[in-house]
Amino acid sequence: MTAVEIRSLSKIFNADGANRVEALVDVNLDVAAGEFISLIGPSGCGKSTLLRLVGDLLTPTSGELTVNGKSAHQARMDQDYGMAFQQAGLFEWRNVQKNIELPLELKGWDKSKRAARAQEMLELVKLPEFARHMPWQLSGGMQQRIAIARALAAHPRLLLMDEPFGALDEMTREHMQDELLRICAETATTVVFVTHSIPEAVYLSDRVVVMSPRPGRITKIVETGLGKVRNEETRRSDTFHHRVIDVREALRGMHDEDARLVGREDR
Amino acid sequence: MKSLRFVRIVLPALVAGVAFFAAWEGFVRWRKIKRYILPKPSEVANAFWDNFSLIRKSAMVTGGNALTGLIIGTIIGGLIAVATNRFRVVSEIVGPLEVAARTIPIVVIVAILNGMFALDTETARRIMVTIAVFFIVYVNVTRGLRQHDATKAELMDSYAASPRKVMLKVRIPLAMPFFFTAIRIAAPVAVVTAFVAEYFGGRQNGLGYRITSAFSASREPQGWAAVFGAALLGLIFFIAGSLLEYVALPWQRHRATR
Repeated sequence: MTAVEIRSLSKIFNADGANRVEALVDVNLDVAAGEFISLIGPSGCGKSTLLRLVGDLLTPTSGELTVNGKSAHQARMDQDYGMAFQQAGLFEWRNVQKNIELPLELKGWDKSKRAARAQEMLELVKLPEFARHMPWQLSGGMQQRIAIARALAAHPRLLLMDEPFGALDEMTREHMQDELLRICAETATTVVFVTHSIPEAVYLSDRVVVMSPRPGRITKIVETGLGKVRNEETRRSDTFHHRVIDVREALRGMHDEDARLVGREDR
Repeated sequence: MKSLRFVRIVLPALVAGVAFFAAWEGFVRWRKIKRYILPKPSEVANAFWDNFSLIRKSAMVTGGNALTGLIIGTIIGGLIAVATNRFRVVSEIVGPLEVAARTIPIVVIVAILNGMFALDTETARRIMVTIAVFFIVYVNVTRGLRQHDATKAELMDSYAASPRKVMLKVRIPLAMPFFFTAIRIAAPVAVVTAFVAEYFGGRQNGLGYRITSAFSASREPQGWAAVFGAALLGLIFFIAGSLLEYVALPWQRHRATR
């Protein structure tokens, strides 16, 4: 089954204005259920825009987009996806449990059901004893884990993540990557993951979608072929290194192209 | 550590205070200054203790007016700020209102209010305090409700949360620091307004009246004692407002949260 189906999708900001920006042009992509997809590319390549179009936080200028077989709008109305950002975005005035319960509250769940689910999520992210803690009492990595617990609380089949580990230090980051893979495997969640980090994209993903700017578009899709189980061995494996090189070259390719364009303008 | 902090913060203030009153006492004795120009602090202290029950009773009247106005003004100011923000009627109204609140000596309105309400009630004074407090709370809460937190906004959007839910679960909590700051600012203003309102006539029962009547009867120490009582009243309101802010917003003390 297809979790996300994207057909010739375009997003143009200020279409009629002087600062018209072609954020995305003619994007085609299918994300299979249970698949882990990373969007990678330099600033301005439209990767965050693409994520927000899937989440119906932005409306496309043209093209087709379905999420779980419905329109993106309907999917958002049904809370079909969870979302996590670079900032954990926990509500400072709510304790950890109440933070995780937020999406359930908005769905109108009753109190005992919410509490039970929050506890289940806390166990999933391995912080079961922190239900009554306040956000400021947690480290950055712990806050991000709570944010993931919140994103998955309503058991959405799709998780949209916008550089969720971007603000974490390298050690915490690698640990969080393993945690995320474990959580997604346990919950069979489909993930669309925006990142700046090539190793992160390769390590996490089934496919890495390489994007380029001006106009924002998909330039290459790299299948990682790393298999289901990923661990320290994976990070040391030849396949991993080759895929990192593939993604890096795909990214560098567009830089060369940029350089050529600049060179032409110079002449 | 705690006792050291106490010594560092409290001791200098204490020493300065004692030195100030000692110098005052000494200066008045040395220059033999007349009582109606500047009484000795010891005389003021005596007058304060001798008239304590009267000062306390009068302070209760003025303080009661201040508190009533503070509570009503805070409620109305907060509610109208939420309503204006929620329904986007006229948010541009806030600008002129803010200027008005800062520049027009609105206390003088009490002269008009005294004509509208019976002079033997506290109504006019309480309304005056309410108006003064309303402006402060309205302006601050309006600003607080405009606080933007991109992550929380997108999150609520992703949950397809209604504008009402966004108001209740994000905007109002985010505005709470502004709300409590407004109360902290408004609390002493409420006291000042309640005092000044007494100078525009009405019942002769408040601390403001005690001050004027004591001075006009050449009972300077009593006047000074009443002024001292007024200062205490203002201080109590300020401390109460600050404490409320501290207790109500524990997360404000931990800004390291991401």
